[in-house]
Amino acid sequence: MPPGPPGVRTRPGLVLEVERSTPPVLFHAGEGFHLERLPVGSRVIYPAEPVTPLDHPDAAIRQALANPVGDSEPLAALLRAGMRLTIAFDNQAVPLPPMRRPDNRQRVIEAVLDLAAEAGVDDVVLIAAHGLHRRMTEPELRHIVGDRVYDAFAPQGRLTQHDAEDHDNLELVGRTAEGEHVEINKRAATSDLLVYVNVNLVAMDGGHKSTMTGLASYRSLRAHHNVNTMQHSRSFMDQKSSQLHASAWRMGRLLGEHVKVFQIETTLNTDTFPKQFSFLQKREWEWSARDRASYLAVSKSLERCPPRLARSIFHSIKSPQKMTGVYAGEVEAVHALTTENVYRQHLVPIEGQADILTMGLPYVGPYNVNSVMNPLLVMCVGLGYFFNLYRGKPLVRQGGVVIMSHPTPWEFHPVHHPSYIDFFEQVLPETTDPAEIEAKFEADFANDPWYIHLYRTSYAYHGVHAFYMWYWGSHALQHVNNNVIIVGGNPRAVRRMGFKPASTLLDALEMAEDVVGRNPSITHIHNPPILMADVT
Amino acid sequence: MRALVFERSLPRYAAARVAATLAPGLGSRVGPLALSDVDEPELPGPGWQRVRPRLAGICGSDLSTVDGKASAYFEPLVSFPFVPGHEIVGELDDGTRVVIEPVLGCAVRGVVPPCTACARGHIDRCERLAFGHLAPGMQTGYCTDTGGGWSTALVAHDSQIHRVPEGMSDEAAVMVEPAACAVHAAVGAGAFGRRVLVLGAGTLGLCATAALRRFAPPSMLMVAAKHPLQKRLAADLGADLVVGSDEVRRAVRRTTASLRVGGGLSGGVDVVVDCVGSQASLAEDLAVVAPGGTIVLLGMPATVLVDLTPLWQRQITLRGSYAYGVEDAVEHGSDPSPRTFEMAFDLAAEATLERLVSATYPLDRYRDAIDHAANAGRRDAVKVAFDLRSERRR
Repeated sequence: MPPGPPGVRTRPGLVLEVERSTPPVLFHAGEGFHLERLPVGSRVIYPAEPVTPLDHPDAAIRQALANPVGDSEPLAALLRAGMRLTIAFDNQAVPLPPMRRPDNRQRVIEAVLDLAAEAGVDDVVLIAAHGLHRRMTEPELRHIVGDRVYDAFAPQGRLTQHDAEDHDNLELVGRTAEGEHVEINKRAATSDLLVYVNVNLVAMDGGHKSTMTGLASYRSLRAHHNVNTMQHSRSFMDQKSSQLHASAWRMGRLLGEHVKVFQIETTLNTDTFPKQFSFLQKREWEWSARDRASYLAVSKSLERCPPRLARSIFHSIKSPQKMTGVYAGEVEAVHALTTENVYRQHLVPIEGQADILTMGLPYVGPYNVNSVMNPLLVMCVGLGYFFNLYRGKPLVRQGGVVIMSHPTPWEFHPVHHPSYIDFFEQVLPETTDPAEIEAKFEADFANDPWYIHLYRTSYAYHGVHAFYMWYWGSHALQHVNNNVIIVGGNPRAVRRMGFKPASTLLDALEMAEDVVGRNPSITHIHNPPILMADVT
Repeated sequence: MRALVFERSLPRYAAARVAATLAPGLGSRVGPLALSDVDEPELPGPGWQRVRPRLAGICGSDLSTVDGKASAYFEPLVSFPFVPGHEIVGELDDGTRVVIEPVLGCAVRGVVPPCTACARGHIDRCERLAFGHLAPGMQTGYCTDTGGGWSTALVAHDSQIHRVPEGMSDEAAVMVEPAACAVHAAVGAGAFGRRVLVLGAGTLGLCATAALRRFAPPSMLMVAAKHPLQKRLAADLGADLVVGSDEVRRAVRRTTASLRVGGGLSGGVDVVVDCVGSQASLAEDLAVVAPGGTIVLLGMPATVLVDLTPLWQRQITLRGSYAYGVEDAVEHGSDPSPRTFEMAFDLAAEATLERLVSATYPLDRYRDAIDHAANAGRRDAVKVAFDLRSERRR
């Protein structure tokens, strides 16, 4: 691909109508993939090709820090000796897969620290803003911030991880007019300056949501992480139509009245996989002989591979994604530019909704980096993320059917996802209704001392996190009346979630006919890489 | 009369034990149990009646005997040859339908004066099971003199006979004996208002679930069940939470807000009613019962190897629950204490326990019956019984 000017999209996404001559379409399915023939007339949404990255990201970062947007002075002017400076940064949930070193966050943090050193700021603390996610391991932290920063800060206890259950170190900043508690990490809330360093994988990320999830307590998070908000976020990727974002924005503004926040957001292109997997990102009719050979070699090898080995191979992948933009300054002004840039990469226009939406789900989502994509995460990635990758209206009509392909193993990472196991075993057999689950079970799980202990001292997601996974999908569940079919999944696991298992895509399409009738319209989201549908 | 007779034969008993390691119930094909024509048992004296079984259940302890797994402890408490079967609904010569309370205590044995326990109605604790005018035998079904339910005739003492209420089906009536075992365990467990786990959801586990709900409602009643039908029935009979048998520790941990300590829990449930009685189940009991809690062993155990250190350190009470008698612990407001069997009749009717009878077999298909009973859970069944109602017409 010829290099273009920074931030320019080389080839836009497109919507292909399947004809007889259309080659089979690639479906991701966990640690594997397969080619499927879609019925003639189906539409396939192909993502845009990766935007050309910045030629000199470090220079662009320095430029952004010196020329902030919105009502903000340059970062250097905000720094002074004797001040308390806190730098919070996104955790390992983004980007996916983890990017090759140096990570955007490392570049930005190093630039901020250089300016702080020049200004003589001594009291600097870094906080991994993982909200209710699991703590990161040392290698994960090193990967994000780089060895230099890690070695300078971690041994002195100045590289910390947010602890949403450390009540001595939480600060209740106040309550919004809507009654939302704004309670965040005390160090961040009581600093003279809070610098937030973000990596924007999808349009949902960033803005006030960064601090209001990454540094918040459970009491604060539940103001927007609840079924009602999630069901009225249409979609999460469209901030203007998202109740979740409306809540985070109200809370973030209140925080801004108490602490100066300097937001730094970076965007990435969608060059997701390294060369040996490059066929994944190509349009099938453009596959070369080499691509076809790669596909066959990789897919056949994976079929023979023990699942654990396949998982380990995939989770070792480091993405060649590169920075396409960096914006700094006042939170909302920054995020507006970030969103614009993300949309430039992700948006693909399409007219009309389909009766059936199909999607192939990958091996990784935000919550299973270096971990197992358990059934709840399959639900969340499919119905919470992929379904919500739209602006305007969902790709599938109300009462339609969603078909997802993924092996959906009845398998959980016991260290990372302990409450997920109990949620799956003890909650879902009773009900799959998000509102009922929230009312009946959330408080018990959220306050369970064992989950809290594991969240604080081990590498476990918070006890309530499993609930959020289910809530993420609640808009989709409501929209399609729970008509969800999983192709190739463990039938027991699939049924436990209230979905239907199918052996093949053909079977799934036949099953869907019971709901949407014969000759349904079908839309398939082609991934990787990520795309977002602009549905009119 | 036709009867399934269990002879004393050590080689065949050993063969049954070996066969059962291949598949549960296989002991019926090579062991000492055989279908025979034998003489009807003699009436031992006045106050005894002949009973012609209509339905006779197959119990876990029967299966254990057939498969050669019964403990040597029972050796002096049985007499050979015997006809198994102690879950019996039958009829008297005048056609009255009756359920047999099979324990052969002092009154039945003609022991005068009765032992201290029997004098207070606690026949389950009788000290004279191997004495008196009957051959040794804990219950009808293990005594050579009385016969047993797996036949077309047996004898029963008046004190053993309970009339079946009008309108109660044979299927409900045959559940009264196992229900009585469950009632006895439920009442004696100190379960009222506490957090209780019933481990196992075969006949005893399901009856215990119903009995706890009816006579000693816990604050939380969890049942660990292995098979889909068991899970449905447990929920239906009053469990607050039904979990898979491989989910017990996680479920107990969560519902009791305990922490994990090694393989066990920091806290746990107050009472475990163990309806399995195996080495694995006892280890599980000890892992999930709270300090100071109680394990009630309702399922019949055998020789097991269990680390009792947690029992000692956490001051756990391990208590057996065998059979039935009278229930002192019941707040019944009447004197004397109610007989367990009376309570079991109520339970069988109210909880519609007849639904637990999944299959019946004639005597000559006894191998199929035992195979079915030994694999009941896997075959979506609970109670398997012999149907003698047509046998007696031969």
